[in-house]
Amino acid sequence: MELKTPISEDVIRSLHVGDLVEITGVVHTGRDAVHKFLHDGGSLPVDMRGGVLYHCGPVMVKEDGQWVCKAAGPTTSTREEPYQAGVIQKLGLRAVIGKGGMGDKTLAGCKEFGCVYLHAVGGAAQVLAECIKKVRGVCMLEEFGSPEAVWELEVEKFPCVVTMDSHGGSLHKDVFASSKEKLAKLL
Amino acid sequence: MAGLKENLLELIRRTSAEMPDDVHRVLTESLQAEEKRTTAEFALKTIHANIEIAARKSQPICQDTGSILFYVHVPVGGDQLVFEEAAREAVAEATKKGFLRQNSVDSLTGKNSGTNLGPGTPTFHFTQTRGATAVDVRLILKGGGCENVGAQYSLPDSRLGADRDLKGCRRVILDAVLQAQGKGCGPGVLGVCIGGDRATSYAFSKEQFLRPLDDRNPNPELDALEQEIVATSNQLGIGPMGFGGKTTLLGCKICAVNRLPASYFVSISYMCWAFRRRGVVLSADGGTIEKWLY
Repeated sequence: MELKTPISEDVIRSLHVGDLVEITGVVHTGRDAVHKFLHDGGSLPVDMRGGVLYHCGPVMVKEDGQWVCKAAGPTTSTREEPYQAGVIQKLGLRAVIGKGGMGDKTLAGCKEFGCVYLHAVGGAAQVLAECIKKVRGVCMLEEFGSPEAVWELEVEKFPCVVTMDSHGGSLHKDVFASSKEKLAKLL
Repeated sequence: MAGLKENLLELIRRTSAEMPDDVHRVLTESLQAEEKRTTAEFALKTIHANIEIAARKSQPICQDTGSILFYVHVPVGGDQLVFEEAAREAVAEATKKGFLRQNSVDSLTGKNSGTNLGPGTPTFHFTQTRGATAVDVRLILKGGGCENVGAQYSLPDSRLGADRDLKGCRRVILDAVLQAQGKGCGPGVLGVCIGGDRATSYAFSKEQFLRPLDDRNPNPELDALEQEIVATSNQLGIGPMGFGGKTTLLGCKICAVNRLPASYFVSISYMCWAFRRRGVVLSADGGTIEKWLY
């Protein structure tokens, strides 16, 4: 299923754990420094309502005055667990892309505010960079450095799996529980 | 010195962009074994496409080009400081060219050095080899996602029922696999050290990643444990990226070193599927490439 940004709440509510989606439109990167900054009361000069936040610290190189993305896979999301639900509410996000999944607080935030967690394939920096058609801009570059800056990216058919939905479903919880049970039998 | 720097730059480029054959082979087997039309198969297909694009475009397999770990065997009398200087220059240039991400951050100020150079980065592990005439350089780039799921256990561990024996080691290693789930970008490889102190134990666990994936442990007990950990882990259903599936681990390499009577550490380092490890043998002055490793 293709998701075009900005995404409506109805579309988000129609998604369930296990769905494969492709995002087309605009996504913003944001990771550790930005989450703490927003949590501490900071604000960004970009409007992300209905938008998508991507946990990613890309490799960016300036070629002929233009930023070019050389690699852009997801980073581990769980570090943002203390802040994510608040950031979803504050920015009006409809989707968060990352890897490794997130915890109960974010899951509750997804349910309350109508958001989903999308898992991109970790390490697949080239496949995902090929989906980035243009680097539209950047903010907080000086303050946070390149991997931590907020990059505005135009993407086409960016592939992800819904692993946490807006109905309380989490693939991460399910796989952890079933693998723990299996291990107990194998010990 | 100029030749050494150029050769190390090429080593960094290859390590960042080109998957070692031994790991690629095991990933191909795991794709063939996975159930069709599942998210696990989607993840493994994406991984394969990614490996192909990175090599073709000479760009990083993963954007997190990680900790830069040099393992260098030098002949007796080889000047390690000259090597370090050339390697630092090569690292800074590789960063400028985009083979490495700007990955060295001041822990107190949060400022990124922008060059990958700074206190503690990159790291060098030198060994002198008597009678050697060449310099053997191996490079590992280890991303932060997999580094963060590493774990160290102090045995006995009553919570896990792990005593000071190989059965206890097995219990804690499998606990590390369970806790890691897909967070370290699985399917991954474990490097394990039994023994040592807290620092050396982790250091030796990482050196296990220098072993080819298809080698066998010369110690029969450790060899059996390595095989068993992989087989058991792959029955847990964690799967690629933790999506559920058949392949959770691609390999497990274990070493044992001596310990204090009072200590019994088991240290587990996790390497993601994007297992970036390459090596090169250089002439004694570093100026000529004798052969590529892996």
